[in-house]
Amino acid sequence: MKSILIVEDSATTRSLMRAVIEEIGDFNIVEAPTGFDALKLLPSQDFDLIATDINMPDINGLELINFIKNNPRYSNIPLIIVTTERSEEDKKRGMALGATAYVTKPFKAPELQDIIRKILNL
Amino acid sequence: MSSSKKEFIAEAEDLLEESGRLILEIQDTFQTGLNPDTINALFRSIHTLKGLSGLFGHQGIADLSHALESLLDEIRLGKVDISDEVIRFLFNNIDILRSLVEGLGKDKEQDVSGHLKNIEIFRNSLAGKAKGPELKGIIDESLLMVLSEYEEHRLRANIQEGKGIYLAKAIFQLADFDKSLEDITKIIKSKGELISTLPISANVPPDSIGFNLMFGSNQPVETLKEVIKFDIENLIKTKDVGVVPQPQKTQDATLKSTTTTVRVDIEKLDRILNTIGELTLAKGAVRRIGEELIETYGHSPLVIDVHKISQTLEKRLAELQNQVLEIRMVPIGQIFSRLAQVIRKYSREVGKQIELIMYGEDTEIDKYIAEEVIDPLMHLVRNAIDHGIEPAEERKRKGKREAGTIILKASQRGNHVIIEAKDDGRGIDIQRVKEKAIEKGLLEKDAEFDEKEIIDFIFTPGFSTKEVVSEVSGRGVGMDVVKEKLSTIGGFAEIDTEKDRGTTATLTIPITLAIVKALLIRVGAMKFAIPLTSISETVVISRNELQTVEGKEVYNLRGEMLPMTNIGRVFALAESESEKSFAVVVGSGNRKHGLIVDELFGQHEIVIKSLGEYFAGFRGFAGAAEIGKHEVILVIDIDALIEESVIKQKTKGVL
Repeated sequence: MKSILIVEDSATTRSLMRAVIEEIGDFNIVEAPTGFDALKLLPSQDFDLIATDINMPDINGLELINFIKNNPRYSNIPLIIVTTERSEEDKKRGMALGATAYVTKPFKAPELQDIIRKILNL
Repeated sequence: MSSSKKEFIAEAEDLLEESGRLILEIQDTFQTGLNPDTINALFRSIHTLKGLSGLFGHQGIADLSHALESLLDEIRLGKVDISDEVIRFLFNNIDILRSLVEGLGKDKEQDVSGHLKNIEIFRNSLAGKAKGPELKGIIDESLLMVLSEYEEHRLRANIQEGKGIYLAKAIFQLADFDKSLEDITKIIKSKGELISTLPISANVPPDSIGFNLMFGSNQPVETLKEVIKFDIENLIKTKDVGVVPQPQKTQDATLKSTTTTVRVDIEKLDRILNTIGELTLAKGAVRRIGEELIETYGHSPLVIDVHKISQTLEKRLAELQNQVLEIRMVPIGQIFSRLAQVIRKYSREVGKQIELIMYGEDTEIDKYIAEEVIDPLMHLVRNAIDHGIEPAEERKRKGKREAGTIILKASQRGNHVIIEAKDDGRGIDIQRVKEKAIEKGLLEKDAEFDEKEIIDFIFTPGFSTKEVVSEVSGRGVGMDVVKEKLSTIGGFAEIDTEKDRGTTATLTIPITLAIVKALLIRVGAMKFAIPLTSISETVVISRNELQTVEGKEVYNLRGEMLPMTNIGRVFALAESESEKSFAVVVGSGNRKHGLIVDELFGQHEIVIKSLGEYFAGFRGFAGAAEIGKHEVILVIDIDALIEESVIKQKTKGVL
């Protein structure tokens, strides 16, 4: 079973994403409410995909992406940015740092599902 | 209403209350040095509200909070400057959201397109700002590219404020880095503003994790090096731009969803308390049985066991009761901050400058009572703004400060919370109140009343000394409503006023409702309960010690003339023949009063139950209570009783 890490500080969005992802198949979905939690969870298992928000207190999504992409152990994990439409600039930076794709909040379920299918070759 | 809707309304109200509080904080600090965390917190509250309302399908609220969030985002990113106008606009929109949420309770979904348009127009009217200093070339590109737009704005703001920009390089063990990172983050936040936390894995030993912490601070490098035990690189030097040092608030970023609190409907707690009330009755029965057993069988081991169990039961039940009551407690600051918003808003509307001072916000009070007391307080405060505080011109003439002052003060006294609402306005015109009372037939022309008693007339239904009902304080609601509302929760109000010095309304309210200790008494053939909280002492008296002064019955209590009320007469019960009787001294201060009763039975825990609608018009009773053995007695409402008896004595002489 593939593992997906969701990094997002809003509990509502997290559970929404989980529900949307579960619709396309069986996954081991792990939730991290902060960048901190994500850093702690990373070594615990091999993730096949990480979806992260950008605007979070303390460690933001860009810093997390930078860390993942610069660490040989994790640099191959595909990353999806999930952030609001106002954060054009943030999205650009995230893509420059090596994110694979982005989804704009509020997202439509098929949009996120299509991207995940494509990335994971489902 | 469905429970999910209820939950949504409760949560939305909390978020809006928090938002209102944060806007107040922004208003208070934006000119002297605003903590960026405050704007962020406000942004997050509205953001959460948006998510929540979208999820529950309340599109209007979702749309409006979305529009507001966009505006807040621009403020957060420094694209829009904070001004009085912006703050006013935010307050108004919080009010609109609040009324939308309230509307849900009445199943009203409202059209918000007009409000959305207003936000749009307002945003367009605010001109965009220059971005601030150029960062490229000054700070390493690799550090800049991981900053979110917001962090970049904060970096610029720190540079503009002349703060030094530093980079601390910390390395922690992977196993426990969160605790260490939290510690260093706290230290940095106490010395400046943490701009970015960048985790790094390059050039770090295995099993470790590194962090580049970028922060702004105006503290000397030496100080920083002393407290931060890691390598610090100074990226940009401190510049003296004559900025007042910012009061640092070490507010940790909170993540509400990870706290251990749960939200419970107060009704559920009410139900627990009711059950405890029933248990208390059962406990009383067990105890009584224990006592009867002793009388019949003496101190046999089994009897002693029953006695012991009954004692344990009593103790644990009291603990349980206290624990549940504790859960219901909220700091009164919650109420004060809501009042503060109203005060700011209304003072602006009527064009009066008002300084608000609050004390004792930490004083705790039962949630239910807190909600019941907010309307009376609101009314008093509006009255103060409208009628109490004079216009600036008038104040100047009187040699007062142009800005009026309103003080809200809470403190605990025994089982009561005392809330004072004090203004430094013109005071109540006692002569005018007296005239009005005579005009309304409440008072005979030559009856002798002291000032305090005259002021009490403003609590009479339909009594208003201002003929013009003002938009602010009036709306047809009089002081009688204040009084009525307070008495339903067992509280009362007192007014102190002095010409041109101001008015103080003192509300005395019980900390908690539910189970109360009461003294059981007998008058004639009837038993009554008097809540212990209203009693100061009991004394044995003999009927011939009562004197009559100016038509009032009084008793000489250690040299003080205590006005007396004969309960038997007030309730038209058969008079007692016995010479010896008791006086139960109730109330305090100017409201001290003696009640003549025939017999005292001792203390009892009672659960006061309402008398129901049929008896709603009855004055003098707070309700009824069961005292075991299926005996039901009436609970005396001390405040109403004293009033009734005073009025009867004053206007028509002693009955």
